[in-house]
Amino acid sequence: MILTNTETVPGKTIVEHFGLVSGSTVRAKHVGKDILAGLKNIVGGELKGYTELLQESRHQSMDRMVEQAEQLGANAIVNVRFATSSVAQGAAELYVYGTAVKVQ
Amino acid sequence: MTNIIILILLIALGYYAGHHAEKKHYQSIKKREEEFLNLPAVTFSEKMTPIENVASSTLVYGSAVISIDYFKRILAALRNIFGGEVGAYESLLDRARREAVLRMKSMATNANCIVNVRIETASIGKSANRKNSLGSVEAIAYGTALSFKEA
Repeated sequence: MILTNTETVPGKTIVEHFGLVSGSTVRAKHVGKDILAGLKNIVGGELKGYTELLQESRHQSMDRMVEQAEQLGANAIVNVRFATSSVAQGAAELYVYGTAVKVQ
Repeated sequence: MTNIIILILLIALGYYAGHHAEKKHYQSIKKREEEFLNLPAVTFSEKMTPIENVASSTLVYGSAVISIDYFKRILAALRNIFGGEVGAYESLLDRARREAVLRMKSMATNANCIVNVRIETASIGKSANRKNSLGSVEAIAYGTALSFKEA
């Protein structure tokens, strides 16, 4: 599965379009890490726990998108976009979407 | 009385630790940016590149969550009264974005360039839904890494 965020797959031609595919997950961190992040808020700096959490969730939503594309018989997803939104306190939604295509 | 002492302690801790951490972070950002000078990341699409030369293309991305320290938070709250430029938040966002771009570049091993780079920012964490408050921000950078065929 080739993923790109450009309109084509460079060096290859698109032979078939399958339409939009997407994947999303909503995740929250457990209380312990939230407290740690709260303490880190005093001194500032990177919140590694949150970075990891978001990276993991993004992987999961990408896996879901790829799964969907595979079911359609696609071998590439072009024009992939990421979106993050905070739906509730301490929980974030990671959304990935793109266009499933077949390339040669 | 104890409350005031705790508040002053928090501000002092935020000022010293935050200032130190920011300085160190900027040093490491600058160092790594120099290392990645030969890997350009551009915002235009792949149409500008000679397509027949491309050997492979992959999606690369990187993200960082950076939080602001206690001292700067109070500084920014004060700034809200008078208005104007909020330098405290500028450096926070700058650090998050540059770190995200660097992580994206380090994911693109063996690539010659990264095209169609997009950078997005989202406010996350406990204070995300509260008004007038910015606790921590996430910056994500993503693009398509291209590697060219050997000429």
